[in-house]
Amino acid sequence: MTVYLDEAATSPVRREVLEAMWPYLTGVFGNPASHHEVGAAARSGIDRARQEVAGLLGVRPGELTFTSGGTEGANAAVKGLALAAPRGRHVVVSAVEHPAVLESARWLGRLGFEVTEVGVDDRGTVTPEALDAVLRDDTTLVSVQLASNEVGTVQPVAGLAAVAAAHGVPFHTDAVQAAPWLPLDPAALGVQALSISGHKLGTPKGSGLLWVDRRTPWEPLVHGGGQQDGRRSGTEDVAAAVGLATALRLAATDRDAESVRVAALRDTLVARVLDAVPGAALTGHATDRLPGHASFVLPGVSGEAALIGLEERGVVCSSGSACAAGSDEPSHVLTAMGLPRDVAQTAVRLTFGRGATADELEHAARTLAAVVARLRPAAG
Amino acid sequence: MTEQQTVYLDHAATTPMVPEAIAVMTEQLARTGNASSLHAAGRAARRTVEEARELVASHLGARPSEVVFCSGGTEANNLAIKGLFWARRATDPARTRVLFSAIEHHALLDPVTWLAKHEGAAVETTPVDKIGRIRLDALRAAVETDPGSVAAITTMWANNEMGTVQPVREVVELAAAHGIPVHSDAVQAAGYLPLDFGASGLDAMTVTAHKLGGPVGVGALVIRREVEPVPLLHGGGQERDLRSGTIGVALIAAFAKAVEVTLARQAETTARIEALRTRLVEGLTRVVPDAIVNGDPEPGAGHRLPNIAHVTFPGCEGDAMLMLLDAQGVECSTGSACAAGVPQPSHVLLAMGYDERAARGSLRFSLGHTSTEADVDRLLAVLPAVHERALAAGMVRQR
Repeated sequence: MTVYLDEAATSPVRREVLEAMWPYLTGVFGNPASHHEVGAAARSGIDRARQEVAGLLGVRPGELTFTSGGTEGANAAVKGLALAAPRGRHVVVSAVEHPAVLESARWLGRLGFEVTEVGVDDRGTVTPEALDAVLRDDTTLVSVQLASNEVGTVQPVAGLAAVAAAHGVPFHTDAVQAAPWLPLDPAALGVQALSISGHKLGTPKGSGLLWVDRRTPWEPLVHGGGQQDGRRSGTEDVAAAVGLATALRLAATDRDAESVRVAALRDTLVARVLDAVPGAALTGHATDRLPGHASFVLPGVSGEAALIGLEERGVVCSSGSACAAGSDEPSHVLTAMGLPRDVAQTAVRLTFGRGATADELEHAARTLAAVVARLRPAAG
Repeated sequence: MTEQQTVYLDHAATTPMVPEAIAVMTEQLARTGNASSLHAAGRAARRTVEEARELVASHLGARPSEVVFCSGGTEANNLAIKGLFWARRATDPARTRVLFSAIEHHALLDPVTWLAKHEGAAVETTPVDKIGRIRLDALRAAVETDPGSVAAITTMWANNEMGTVQPVREVVELAAAHGIPVHSDAVQAAGYLPLDFGASGLDAMTVTAHKLGGPVGVGALVIRREVEPVPLLHGGGQERDLRSGTIGVALIAAFAKAVEVTLARQAETTARIEALRTRLVEGLTRVVPDAIVNGDPEPGAGHRLPNIAHVTFPGCEGDAMLMLLDAQGVECSTGSACAAGVPQPSHVLLAMGYDERAARGSLRFSLGHTSTEADVDRLLAVLPAVHERALAAGMVRQR
């Protein structure tokens, strides 16, 4: 049996999502920008999707931009808010952001912006105090993720955004990893921009969403035909928008119940691994973490070898971010949390979704213990 | 009144997916895997993407490593022109000029305008002649004024409103003498003309799936290895580090299948569509004798696309005809879909020297792989009455 425990990289497409998209891939193929019936049918599909998402997020439809995915959303938010904001040329991102945010900030650095990477504590949390200490009069943007893709830590975004707001600085949160599990409520979070990706929610890859508060100056990233009221040019992908709206609705429907159920499974998994694998340590926050996320370091064991051993035994997982897979560099997230480079290279991440079962996770814990026992001669 | 099937004559806006591409997409959607992951699911996704890359490359005369997948034509154009501008200016601050044809799509015009507004680019329009072909003498003069200051030249392969094919090879030759990179937006051309990226000498070329039977949401910038534009999307470093973001495997696989199927049948389809266009144009000039067909009258890959007929109906408001035709179940466009709904005369027609009245009194009929003689005949059947009503309504007085 194969157990897929890499949902943080990508999750299976949900059947209901596909079914909702299907008509727009086949019959209703029009270009929403076209001024005729076939175009109008497509237009009404994307308009409905936008309305639905706006309702789910508690925002206005005109504040939503459908994108090609999380990376585009993060780029558009970070660059677009920084380039449009008149406060100055200083941006703050957390040291544990996904590369889509980090590299966007670094690009701004090459344009002459000063970039501060605010550090985290040993659980991967950005504290309001740490953020407050780096904000300046010319800070023009803060970007901190809602939850970490690598260690699952949920950031205290509402508290962080309040700190930024006290300084008058717009705040973007990358909610790509959090979207399946945490309520997406920009008003409650107090943020001015939020981006998500569809394929972590059960849509096909190639869809995402960026919300930017209408009162916040923002400069689009992709220019052209002026679709989506000029916020994102390019022929609108109606099927993708409909799929994303469906996936968000489904996620909202069972979010509370599933978060509780899966978090309990995760806690059992973490306890089993810590018990059965000598020396293993949980990375990230023990409780403020995503329900479907368990990440460890296994000092003395090559993370890469562990992954191969696990896959041979039918347990599919990863060391951390899929984007960095294949790189010899230790994770920037783990080193930012203060782990030594050699320990950071022993990371194993098990991530799962709503389909997770106790049996699968027990199997994974036992397999991990067996693999580690084989790779590491028993300590004396 | 009889129930009429919709007649879709707006394939240049978007064309239905070919069944083979739908099948591949469906099959891929059932799989899970991030193409950057190292495990088997990830490797399988990566293999699918790389096979798609080879397929697309082989049909476009490119090497696999020259194909950079992205979300579509607009993104590819943004990446090409902004990226080339940034990279060239970074190498030499004197390179601030961007030369582009007056008839580019908004997906190119708008990023160019943005460069002028935000990045200090000096952007210069190259005029076109009466049939919508870029004037090489004017381009040469513009380049030779100060070749060292040109960051990039861009000229589309075939115009989306008129179908006029541009002298890409001559533009490349002219630029090559000064080492200036050339980009071409081949979004409209790719489905209907044989393209050979390698032979064209271009540095970069834009294609998109949904104009050739693939899904919306995926396209590619074909770009030579030596050319390194500054990326538009930063992040995980996918696609040669030129385009970060998780790759949509299903979208890419369906795109490649559409390229394969459509281009394998291209010669045959083109001949069939050219014949349909002839039927349309001949019939149209018969039923509405004062209609004027614009663009290059000559058929052939060096002249115009086989699938577009752009027509001016003197004294009629294009928008009115569009709505009257729509009411009869015939779907066409007044120009580019992106400008639809915006009551402005087409910049393409104005650049070709038409006055505003003629520009507003025009329609674009674009054929595609599902078009039939019956479609054309249906248009011809309803056109006289539509034309008569539009003519009676006359043109809206200009402000």
